[in-house]
Amino acid sequence: MAVINLQNVTYKYPLTDSPALQNINWQVQEGEFVAVIGPNGAGKSTLCYTLAGFVPHFFKGELSGTVEVAGKTSNDSTLSEWVLNVGLAFQNPFNQISGAKYTVFEELAFGLENIGIPRAEMKARVEDAMKLTGISDLAYRSPYSLSGGQQQRVALTSILVMQPKVLVLDEPTSQMDPIGTREVFGVIHSMAERGMTVVLAEHKVEWIAQFADRVIALKEGQILLDGTPSEILTSPLLQEHGFGISRYTSVARRAQEMGIWKKDKLPVTLEEAVEGFTLTPSESENVK
Amino acid sequence: MNIEIKALSFTYPTGLEALRDITLTIGSGEQVAIVGQNGAGKTTLVKQLNGLLQPTSGQVLIGDWDTGKHPVAKLASRVGYVFQNPDEQLFSKNVGAEVAFGPRNLGYKSEKVQALVNDALTLTDLTDKTETNPYDLSATWRKMVALASIISMDTDIVIFDEPTTGQDAVNVARIADVIAELRKRGKTVITITHDIDFCAENFERVIVMSQGRILLDGRANDVLGQEETLATTHVDPPQLTRLGKRLGFRHTVRNQEEFLATLKNNL
Repeated sequence: MAVINLQNVTYKYPLTDSPALQNINWQVQEGEFVAVIGPNGAGKSTLCYTLAGFVPHFFKGELSGTVEVAGKTSNDSTLSEWVLNVGLAFQNPFNQISGAKYTVFEELAFGLENIGIPRAEMKARVEDAMKLTGISDLAYRSPYSLSGGQQQRVALTSILVMQPKVLVLDEPTSQMDPIGTREVFGVIHSMAERGMTVVLAEHKVEWIAQFADRVIALKEGQILLDGTPSEILTSPLLQEHGFGISRYTSVARRAQEMGIWKKDKLPVTLEEAVEGFTLTPSESENVK
Repeated sequence: MNIEIKALSFTYPTGLEALRDITLTIGSGEQVAIVGQNGAGKTTLVKQLNGLLQPTSGQVLIGDWDTGKHPVAKLASRVGYVFQNPDEQLFSKNVGAEVAFGPRNLGYKSEKVQALVNDALTLTDLTDKTETNPYDLSATWRKMVALASIISMDTDIVIFDEPTTGQDAVNVARIADVIAELRKRGKTVITITHDIDFCAENFERVIVMSQGRILLDGRANDVLGQEETLATTHVDPPQLTRLGKRLGFRHTVRNQEEFLATLKNNL
């Protein structure tokens, strides 16, 4: 069943001439993990905001077409109804933390307080969510005393406690160091494993290749490509259009031109590259 | 102009010992990347170079100037520092004024200021945005404005703090081109980065920091191949270095050219 359904969606921010999203037709099935790639300015964040209801409710502007998530359309729903189904994580977790709470535990309960969840259930939900994301030991720290990776995990947990059907993440690791990136992807992965629908805007293709079921490539507000990670992330169109690609893909493409890479498919991950480059001569005959 | 750091230690007023006994020389015209996990002391170290922070003990020399004896405003003529977050550094009403601010403050005559501004705008692809307010630009372009506003000061030493964070592939390539041009001009470029592939492809010397100390310092190929030591500060070797290792290459490779050359030789 499609949990996200966009029909002919076009959107212009206030006071701008050209649309940030153009005629998007797109469905996401329940439980799917979809990554969104694209150069800066391609519309990745706008797409995230549209799914999260910020477009049009917060940003205003002109939205046409239909945005449907979990059976509701955004034009016919208020933002406070909408957030029950969709959670959004920002690029910078610092922007997400309320600033009104002294501890991580209270911060995580903030959303639940706002929708009137009884105290006992609130406590149970926060404790469960902290266990899942591995931050139980941070419960009584100030949200502001944490590292970037820890802060982003707190931000993700604050969405998880709301138990939304769809989790939308806008480049959640762009401000992280490698250890923070690994921590955050670990959490996203475990949320997806639990059957949550995930839409992730991200530049780091090696991580996408490991976790996503499907990738869409956005360019100038339109969907350029839509398919499986190995199909999309190795498409020659990506390099032509200024998308970032994995070093494994680009070096294998050069090797292919030199006649050294023998497989039809190009690699995205280290394991695929190792496998392709270690084919023995007899094996490479079979692949041809 | 050499940078000499002698037995430098630094403790923040909170008591946090951020740098411990660092001795380091960076020669004129070198291209150096500094890597290591958050909290390793990278930013604290580079802030010593333009006097934003002063050693608790030890000494930092920029050419013949001791940073303890010269004000930041004077050190700014020798060391340019591009902040990680452009929004911490931009304040003018348009890009042209922003980029002119630095050289004008160094007291250069208006013709020279104009020439430096034009050069910096060309180098960063900003010539068509001179009249635009920096905050009307996307984060990608604000980063380029931050770069341009330091390049226009024409300092011998340029420091970039995480230049590629949040940038897309096209802009990362643009920043690499800027660094290559500065190298051609004989500038010393010091760059803090988490992007280890960017580091491998653009820098000849790599310094790895951990817990306020220098863990490794040397030629990029020598440093980036030391997988186990790098892991202690949560740095992974570059993608092609890892691939080369897995394929049993005897020497460390760090870019496409080296990788493909080794692969051909092994066939």
